Amino acid sequence: MNRQRREILKKGGGLALFGALVAAGVLRPSDVRAVEWNKEAFQSKTLADALKALGATATENTADVVITAPAIAENGAVVPVTVTSNLPKTESIALLVEKNPNLLAAVFTIPEGTEPHVTTRIKMSESSDVYALVRADGKFYTVAKEIKVTLGGCGG
Amino acid sequence: MADPMKIRATARDGVVEVKILMSHEMETGQRKDSSGNVIPAHFIQHVTATCNGKTVLSAQWGPAISKNPYLAFKFKGGAPGQKVQVTWVDNKGDQRTDEATIG
Repeated sequence: MNRQRREILKKGGGLALFGALVAAGVLRPSDVRAVEWNKEAFQSKTLADALKALGATATENTADVVITAPAIAENGAVVPVTVTSNLPKTESIALLVEKNPNLLAAVFTIPEGTEPHVTTRIKMSESSDVYALVRADGKFYTVAKEIKVTLGGCGG
Repeated sequence: MADPMKIRATARDGVVEVKILMSHEMETGQRKDSSGNVIPAHFIQHVTATCNGKTVLSAQWGPAISKNPYLAFKFKGGAPGQKVQVTWVDNKGDQRTDEATIG
């Protein structure tokens, strides 16, 4: 018996099975990590760096994006924030807290059919401006809202 | 293995509202324990929600998302009875997937 041939067949069979599983949707390696975690952006310490790492070299102010959040947050560890974009073709929404150790809190990718409206809860180390960076139709727009924090969310 | 997520999906006028409550420490890596050692960062980095095999929301998170994260969003194209699937992956490679039926 041709041993080498057996080995090759075995390996080939394994690969084919893997391919079939991927195709059938059983294994979806790319689903969750379709995009690598943007380490550079999440570790930025200044607004300019964070915007650059997100690819937003030129931004415009807009009145069509609304940040809904309390003006005064009692507990900086849990600040509810909602971002609603009324810009057509909104592709992504990023949330940045200017005075946090690392500014970027989250980036949401909005596929077609999903409303550009997300709610989450963020941590804030101190009173700060919170920025929403919205990418719509290839352009970047920002809007800021000041949130005062009575108790910081970074200590313990 | 982390605790299951609580997911609620409700359809109204063709729009499905999804509310998710995850169970995760979301440790920032900035805090120190009582003996002064830095507690290593442990937080969710990726969140993906799908309905009928189509991604309806994906997100990258940093440690500035609050402990036991809450996430709410709305999408079109889901109908009652269909399932919404949510998966998160954290920076240690742990992950969890849960699903809910749209009501």
